Amino acid sequence: MHSVVCIKQVPDSAQIRVHPVTNTIMRQGVPAIINPYDLFALEEALRLKDRFGGTVTVVTMGPPMAEAALRKCLSYGADDAILVSDRSFAGSDTLVTSYALTATLRKIMESMPVDLIFTGKQTIDGDTAQVGPGIAKRLDYQLLTYVSKIVDVDLEHREIRVERRAEGGVQLLKTTLPCLITMLEGTNEMRFGDLDDLFRAARYELKVWDRTVIGIEDPETVGVKGSPTVVSKVFAPRPRSQRAEIIDLQDDSPKNLASTLLARMFTQHPKLEREIAKRAR
Amino acid sequence: MAEKFDVIVVGAGMAGNAAAYTLAKGGLNVLQIERGETPGSKNVQGAILYADAIEKIIPDFRDEAPLERHLIEQRVWVLDDSSYIGTHYRSEAFNQEPYNRYTIIRAHFDQWFNKKAREAGALTICETTVSELLLDGKKVIGVRTDRKGGEIYADAVILADGVNSRLAVKAGFHAEIQPRDVALAVKEIHFLPQETIEARFNIGEEEGVVIEMAGKISAGMMGTGFLYTNKESITLGVGCMLSDFKQQKVTPYALLDRMKSHPSIAPLIAGSEMKEYAAHLIPEGGYNAIPQVWGDGWLIAGDAGQFVNGIHREGSNLAMTTGMLAAQTLVELKQAGKPFTAGNLAKYKRKLDDSFVMKDLKKYRRMPDIFHKNKQFFTTYPELLSKAAQTLIRVDGVDKKTKEKSIKQSFVAARSRLGLIGDAFRFWRAVE
Repeated sequence: MHSVVCIKQVPDSAQIRVHPVTNTIMRQGVPAIINPYDLFALEEALRLKDRFGGTVTVVTMGPPMAEAALRKCLSYGADDAILVSDRSFAGSDTLVTSYALTATLRKIMESMPVDLIFTGKQTIDGDTAQVGPGIAKRLDYQLLTYVSKIVDVDLEHREIRVERRAEGGVQLLKTTLPCLITMLEGTNEMRFGDLDDLFRAARYELKVWDRTVIGIEDPETVGVKGSPTVVSKVFAPRPRSQRAEIIDLQDDSPKNLASTLLARMFTQHPKLEREIAKRAR
Repeated sequence: MAEKFDVIVVGAGMAGNAAAYTLAKGGLNVLQIERGETPGSKNVQGAILYADAIEKIIPDFRDEAPLERHLIEQRVWVLDDSSYIGTHYRSEAFNQEPYNRYTIIRAHFDQWFNKKAREAGALTICETTVSELLLDGKKVIGVRTDRKGGEIYADAVILADGVNSRLAVKAGFHAEIQPRDVALAVKEIHFLPQETIEARFNIGEEEGVVIEMAGKISAGMMGTGFLYTNKESITLGVGCMLSDFKQQKVTPYALLDRMKSHPSIAPLIAGSEMKEYAAHLIPEGGYNAIPQVWGDGWLIAGDAGQFVNGIHREGSNLAMTTGMLAAQTLVELKQAGKPFTAGNLAKYKRKLDDSFVMKDLKKYRRMPDIFHKNKQFFTTYPELLSKAAQTLIRVDGVDKKTKEKSIKQSFVAARSRLGLIGDAFRFWRAVE
């Protein structure tokens, strides 16, 4: 069984800021991480390998620094890693990214057929959830989005059953292989790799494929030029909540502190006071 | 099948990276094990880089290393609650290349330093904790990690695992560190636009300022504060002896909050955004707290060996130097075909004794004890100095002779004539 997991290295969004004047995202100094949703996809692929054997290949399209993300995947237990990197890819939107990744997958299939393609449900930097479905469409694969659980795989009949979280419930779906799965978060927990995997990851000679390797001849079809999407504006929404108030209440007994705090709370929320008084009775 | 290396280095801080780099350059097969996600992710320092130590390891580090600002001005402040009295030393000589000191961000610097070690041939694995040393009798033969299949063998292990070296304690190489031998330092990084920093400190692009602080900011405890300018941020922090925190029941963050609201400090960080905070133990026990740092198949370098010169705020350069010397010892023995026995590794001690590391630490060996026992240096004197300056500078119709007399009286009233002489003697003994 051969699974390919498509991952993306993203800036840690918890630490990102929007420049107050230019409104651009300030990436400098923000640590790069593996898109957290992709880790659930990788772990699911590794679990299938544990059950059925086979190979897990990890693919990412990105700048040379994305190597770190791939090595990390190898240290978790992935067998192979491919970095698809070319200057002409810069500025690609989701349409072009799915185009380039599809070309990459076709290239992979030349040497080994692919049974399952995994992605995270979306990335935390773009949040579009479009690349996975885009690849499935281009490859004419079955598409299972927001999968919360892989119930079973029947390799003989080339069938897979999954649970998919939908609005108001869980769907049990069955489809045929090969297919593309976008994994939901919180569905599993990434393993702590063996020491052997760690050594292998540190020594692994990474495969770096450029545009021509994956068979895209025309540079105009990728990158900014090939992307119909235009980001017209990026802005940080105003924080809705009010700032917390710091009350200086030193050198007082705990009892006094408590009653001062309660008194303040009750002046602002008289309903709350009545409610508590009612219940106390 | 467990792997075997010539040397395993535990830790990817200044000592660990210096050791791994030197070993790899010397042709040894090195494995470096780091517990953090990346080298530097767990490391906390002010941080100031002294060029000399890194220059001895990587002479052209200035071309590539991520450096923030080179320092052109050193301020030393003694503070009471509302004032500071101090000296500023600024010199164009510090603006002549090659520069002598830089501010750095450890998370960036350590990644670069580790990259150099890997390029030299060291193998680094992260997110892996060494849980214990593997021993054959008294000889260290490898390490056990927290990963599956986690035993790795080596002819020698360098412990560069930081101030609270659990490995050394577990293996019985030295006792638990004591609260009176370590300082607890807390720091914050405040972001400001580059131009604001340069205007506030009257410095140009790439130029930096250091403020070292003593006095009432340590709330009567043995400790000091600091403020460093980075490219787009200001690092400030305060550290005091752990035993003093424990005794006085002061919380470190409250101490830092108080420091930030000091009228001499608050304007320097006004309008900034605090992006990062960290706390760390600093070995401050000095010469007398240094354990035996070599044995059969093992060496200790950096904070793990308590190599810090507290009064001069030097630690990372001692870490790099001890890491380098430990590695050189192993390289030389390997080249001579000698085994890494305790007797042969004693060469490391001789190298340490010959270096500035032990010479400096020996010079200040009495200091920790004297400062522990004489808290007036952190409480009474800052106040007296500030009052004296206030009396002298304020023009209020009182004649100068009377002013001088009242200053003298204030000192005698606070410490008595004999006390003053004793303090002067003790201070001299501490730094002699």
